[in-house]
Amino acid sequence: MKKTLSQRLAILSDAAKYDASCASSGSTRRDSAKSGGLGSTTGNGICHSYTPDGRCVSLLKILLTNFCVYDCAYCINRSSSNVERARFTPEEVVWLTLEFYRRNCIEGLFLSSGIIRSSDHTMEQLVQVARDLRLKHGFRGYIHLKTIPDASPRLLEEAGRYADRLSINVEMPTVAGLEQYAPQKKAGGIRQAMGEMRLKIDAGKDRSHTGRRAERFSPGGQSTQMIVGADAASDQDVLASSANLYGSYGLRRVYYSAFSPIPDASALLPATSPPLQREHRLYQADWLFRFYGFAFGELTAGRADGMLDLELDPKLAWALDNRALFPLDLNRAPKEMLLRVPGLGVKAVAAILRARRHQAVRLEDLARLNVSIRKVRPFVQTPGWSPARLTDRHDLRSLFSPAPQQMNLL
Amino acid sequence: MTRYVLTLEDSAVFEPWREMARAALQRAIPPEVLDWRMRGGETDLFGQQTNDSDGMVALTEGPVLKSVTLRASCIALLRDMLCHSDPGRFALAYRIAWRVQGNPHLLDVATDADIAKARIMIRQNRQDCHKMTAFVRFRELPAQVGGEGSGRRRFLAWFEPQHHILERIAPFFSKRFTDMDWMILTPRGSICWDGKDLAYSFEPCEQPELDDGFGDLWNTYYASTFNPARVRTKAMRREMPGRYWKNLPETRLIPQLVAGAEARVRMMAEQVPLPAPAFHERLRSRDSLPLQPLSHTPEDLAAKIRSCTACPLHCAATQAVVGEGPVEARIMVVGEQPGDQEDLAGRPFVGPAGQVLQEALEKVGVERSTLYLTNAVKHFRFRLQGRRRIHQSPDEAHVAACRPWLEQEIALVRPRLIVSLGATALKALDGPGRAMAERRGTLWTAGEGENAVQRLALAHPSWLLRLGDSAQGEIERERFEEGLARLRDFCGRPDA
Repeated sequence: MKKTLSQRLAILSDAAKYDASCASSGSTRRDSAKSGGLGSTTGNGICHSYTPDGRCVSLLKILLTNFCVYDCAYCINRSSSNVERARFTPEEVVWLTLEFYRRNCIEGLFLSSGIIRSSDHTMEQLVQVARDLRLKHGFRGYIHLKTIPDASPRLLEEAGRYADRLSINVEMPTVAGLEQYAPQKKAGGIRQAMGEMRLKIDAGKDRSHTGRRAERFSPGGQSTQMIVGADAASDQDVLASSANLYGSYGLRRVYYSAFSPIPDASALLPATSPPLQREHRLYQADWLFRFYGFAFGELTAGRADGMLDLELDPKLAWALDNRALFPLDLNRAPKEMLLRVPGLGVKAVAAILRARRHQAVRLEDLARLNVSIRKVRPFVQTPGWSPARLTDRHDLRSLFSPAPQQMNLL
Repeated sequence: MTRYVLTLEDSAVFEPWREMARAALQRAIPPEVLDWRMRGGETDLFGQQTNDSDGMVALTEGPVLKSVTLRASCIALLRDMLCHSDPGRFALAYRIAWRVQGNPHLLDVATDADIAKARIMIRQNRQDCHKMTAFVRFRELPAQVGGEGSGRRRFLAWFEPQHHILERIAPFFSKRFTDMDWMILTPRGSICWDGKDLAYSFEPCEQPELDDGFGDLWNTYYASTFNPARVRTKAMRREMPGRYWKNLPETRLIPQLVAGAEARVRMMAEQVPLPAPAFHERLRSRDSLPLQPLSHTPEDLAAKIRSCTACPLHCAATQAVVGEGPVEARIMVVGEQPGDQEDLAGRPFVGPAGQVLQEALEKVGVERSTLYLTNAVKHFRFRLQGRRRIHQSPDEAHVAACRPWLEQEIALVRPRLIVSLGATALKALDGPGRAMAERRGTLWTAGEGENAVQRLALAHPSWLLRLGDSAQGEIERERFEEGLARLRDFCGRPDA
């Protein structure tokens, strides 16, 4: 019996939910004021709901089909899984996107697909959805498309013309991990696709000497995801891999997805999933790299096993390992160093830099900037405050560690 | 000193306050003697019924002492802040306007108590705006039969904003939902869009009954996109506070999703692996077809080079960059290693150095397409500096690991002339010991008999790039072009 639209929506959104990316940000700003059509992007992205797993619902995240010729061990849709299969027609996806969008439930569409028949066939279907949304329906909301490795350059070009962001998942932090779990996927092919996209994205930003813009190509850049905790890679390996991805392909984001149990899991997978805290720490480290001027290597340098501290955030752990650099004079230290003070965020640092031009900043002033004084105290000095020996206390760490908790029985 | 009572509407934002504030500032009336009240508001502590216009009348009786201007940035701050619903907002705004007269940098001092308070209010206003763009949910109304504007779909929404933000946020909706008619009703008024104009009303609205039967599909999506293996309700509540839940129908599913999560995870863990479905076996049998036997073609060599893992460079590089050009080419040009652009594109000499080479070739009249271009090392070697890849010259070991590929390329193309660009290429061809300086620009014969090949050593174009427009750069560029001009002799010569 043919499944209803609602049943297929359930199957194909369940199949897509392991992709962590949900961002609807980073693209050009545009709206429908002139075109009189439907949709806009604000540049910042909007989350229209949150599920109890703490993740936001911003885009309609679905697969076109969850049939797949690949057999990647970590994937719910691998060919050897007994998960229920379904497929949408491109028209159905277009209709769902527009109707949810009109009710202000979503910012747009994140469309991916299992590989059916060939790469080109699959990619053609994805592109058709984006093309129909843009050209037939004048849709100006956000579109994120998954690119399929080895798809023809013509299809990639078309995908870039309609999509705000393209992505392709590296899946595993190391090549060995990929070979172990996804023998049919080739790390080389994935990197090649990312390299090709980077060249096209860069070219899309250029203007010719007459000032004419090059043809639009994925203005929101590209992103990728890797699964953490399925293979033996340490945080150091994961972050080294990220550093290379950011440097080589100019990625906007690398998403880390703690490997999560799936129904009808492959026997190859580890029995337990990693703590979600590990994923959280990786995101924090990623943030420190992207906005705070940290190099990834610094964050794991003090850790013997190459794993980030699960108890303390990476910046605090780094500061405790590098106490010789502290305390900093809040009114004199350069921006790069202020960004390294635990408890000071990018906005707080900007406010301090602005304020100290006109008057001395004191410790108690920081409370007005939403800064936790308890956290900052050992690392800064201001008129009226010097941490004296606090910075060098050997039990400084224990002042920040979370209170001990009773362990769960199994 | 006389005290003045200034009264404003509860819903008042910037404009009405501005009138009063300007009058007061012009008369140099300090904030301490101004009593800002809201009409019918609970701020009237003593239950005194002051005459609303009294304060303003009394105030304007005094003479104007000075003219007052506020900077645009200050106006913007006050405008942003005054759509907050805090009853103390008018007094705070006046205090800031007053203090900024004596201290023009006040706005920069984020640690100042007044400025900090204003910024918090602005943040809350923005948050309210943001949550409104996120949590307004339109429901479709039945189509209007006949009448004006028929054919356009009609939608209605209910939302409860905390602050006076309707006018700020309405353009967001009209620019997004341009092709449909809609109304947003709130306890603070309503916004209406008909495709041409935005209309506002500040009469409080009643919550309407809303259901267009589409909610079930959204609930299906919401429930299926939830991952039971990672319940983190605290994160959810932080971003979607409870006060919004009553107008978000999907939140009614949350209790049952959370309650069932543990059992679902347990079931996944305990599930006995099932035999793979039939189509998996069909796919596997297709995969295991024997591969075609390898042949000795250029494609075959390229495939072998691309899968090379002889040195660690393959770990970080995107791909091995194989030589490019006709197999029957008479001239082979060997560079050092692919650069950033070459690594991404998978083709040799397409980056800035390739550009220099290309220009020089054009100048001396040699077609690039007649040359076989390759590199001594096939993978890009670099070091990361933040988000940039910085080129690093390959070590002896990398050159050695790649030498078999270079030799096979030479065997395949059998060129009459091999041009090496830079020291690395020269070393890769001749081994160490040959000084670049003594060889550069000269033509010599290497090998004997069948294997005899003409050789030419030139500088690497990336070096010319680094020299730039300096005097030395000029000289070296000329030398480079002179050397390249020698290629012409080999282009025209018929095959032996």
